[in-house]
Amino acid sequence: MSFAFYLIAALTVAGALAAVLLKNTVHCALALTVAFAGLAFLFLQLDAQFVGFAQILVYIGAVAILVVFAILLTRGSETPKDGGIFSRTWLVGLAVAAAVFAMLGWAVLQSVAGLPRATPEPTVTVGDIGVALMGRYVLPLEIVALLLTAALIGAVIVAMHEKEGSK
Amino acid sequence: MFETADQIFVLLKHWLVGLLPMALQPVAGVVLSVAAIVCFFPALFALTTVFERKGLGRIQNRIGPNRTGPFGILQPVADGIKSLTKEDIVPLSADGAVHFLAPVVLVVAVFMGFAVLPMGRNMVLADMDAGLLFYFAIGASTELSVFMAGWSSRNKYSLMGAMRAVAQMISYEVALLLSSVAVVMISGSLSLTKIVEAQNHYSYGLPHWYIFTPWGLAGFVMYAIATTAETNRSPFDLPEGESELVAGYHTEYSGFKFALFFLGEYLAMFSISGLGTTLFLGGWTAPFSFLTWVPSWFWFFSKLMMSIFVFIWLRGTLPRLRQDQLMNFAWKFVLPMCLLNLLVAGLWRFMGDGWLRWVICSAILVAAYVGLGWEEMRRMHIGARSYRYAE
Repeated sequence: MSFAFYLIAALTVAGALAAVLLKNTVHCALALTVAFAGLAFLFLQLDAQFVGFAQILVYIGAVAILVVFAILLTRGSETPKDGGIFSRTWLVGLAVAAAVFAMLGWAVLQSVAGLPRATPEPTVTVGDIGVALMGRYVLPLEIVALLLTAALIGAVIVAMHEKEGSK
Repeated sequence: MFETADQIFVLLKHWLVGLLPMALQPVAGVVLSVAAIVCFFPALFALTTVFERKGLGRIQNRIGPNRTGPFGILQPVADGIKSLTKEDIVPLSADGAVHFLAPVVLVVAVFMGFAVLPMGRNMVLADMDAGLLFYFAIGASTELSVFMAGWSSRNKYSLMGAMRAVAQMISYEVALLLSSVAVVMISGSLSLTKIVEAQNHYSYGLPHWYIFTPWGLAGFVMYAIATTAETNRSPFDLPEGESELVAGYHTEYSGFKFALFFLGEYLAMFSISGLGTTLFLGGWTAPFSFLTWVPSWFWFFSKLMMSIFVFIWLRGTLPRLRQDQLMNFAWKFVLPMCLLNLLVAGLWRFMGDGWLRWVICSAILVAAYVGLGWEEMRRMHIGARSYRYAE
């Protein structure tokens, strides 16, 4: 655990906390982007270049923009008047969050016990990932591609239908 | 002798770093390279603004700036002093923190793009395995800063400009990525230095640049269109349309913050031209084998400045597109043509050497472009010009 790790972890946690605690929804979205960036830095710190850059490209370049557009187009950017940022069912939320955290923690602790202690660090280049995607994991890749194409066509059809209705 | 001229900046850096104690040397090397980039490109930006205004003046039959210094060459200095001394106005209803952060985020993100560009032999700051991916990842985060600027200004023109800019940048980023993927398919690497090395061969004195292949030429045209849109340059400068949106997302910025936006836009132009040079125009390699004695950095910056000249030329020549034309052009023309280009690049890769792949790949591309052109022209019904009111 190096100094860089603590710095990045602090940035990520601060971003995530700000995303939950800030009042203005657009500020929350921007704070969430900071958390995304922190996660990308964590990947980069682990020498996973491809995953780190893909995280930036997809989450900061696309997901954050999508979130922001959704907020602006649905009038969600207006700050609620009646103070208080906590929802009324915060107790249930806390219970669910604690359960998820306990489950993840349990899984992580189990996996550490199951792994052999000193494995040599694998050196994975971007080329290796490409070969693996095109070779061993080609079927999942194609299925994802099909799913995304279906989603794309669906989005176009939804948009077209709306246009015809307005005529 | 030629070797020294070629590596002069690298040698200079090693000499300077060598003066420091051993423990500081790795850090000093990085700091020195970063400082070189941070000093050089803004200087180039200052020169480019004056060349642009002069060039546009020429195209529009005017003189252009000619009052400050000989031939107006000191104009950028005057502009810099002006923007530094102007009052920095922040609108009362603006979102202070985001309003302040937007130009900073933009300039930082744009500067980071230069880190992976090989500007000469051995002249690259960070030679990453996934350099191209890094470049696009960083480029994607500039969209967010444009949005931040537009939204935090609390001005409907700014917000509309930002929304236009983000929609346009996302649409054309797809084309930008797809036209670059063809290069990755052929060279088999995401590392920009390896892509340049792959083009550094000569036959009959002519270089093996990717632009001199059928898929490379088509890809370069698509790349050029996408970069023009991505940097919000004319004819794709709708987000900044002065006549309709005042100035788009930076309407509410004044003084040095506006200068930062201006700087960011030009730096993005330099870095994306540099990337295009690296991908399609052979990076720092010489255009003829008998010219390889000229320093490599000279070729890189010549090609970069040629691209900038084309940007200026286009700005002086073409009128602005309409928003629906812009979107239709991106999704119904550029994107399908990029996909076709991927197919052609795949064919090129697996047909092996020989003249047959030249014929087949060229035939597919020419047939697609000519066919599409014919079909569109037939639908347009272009006849003699008719006037509704004038006659």
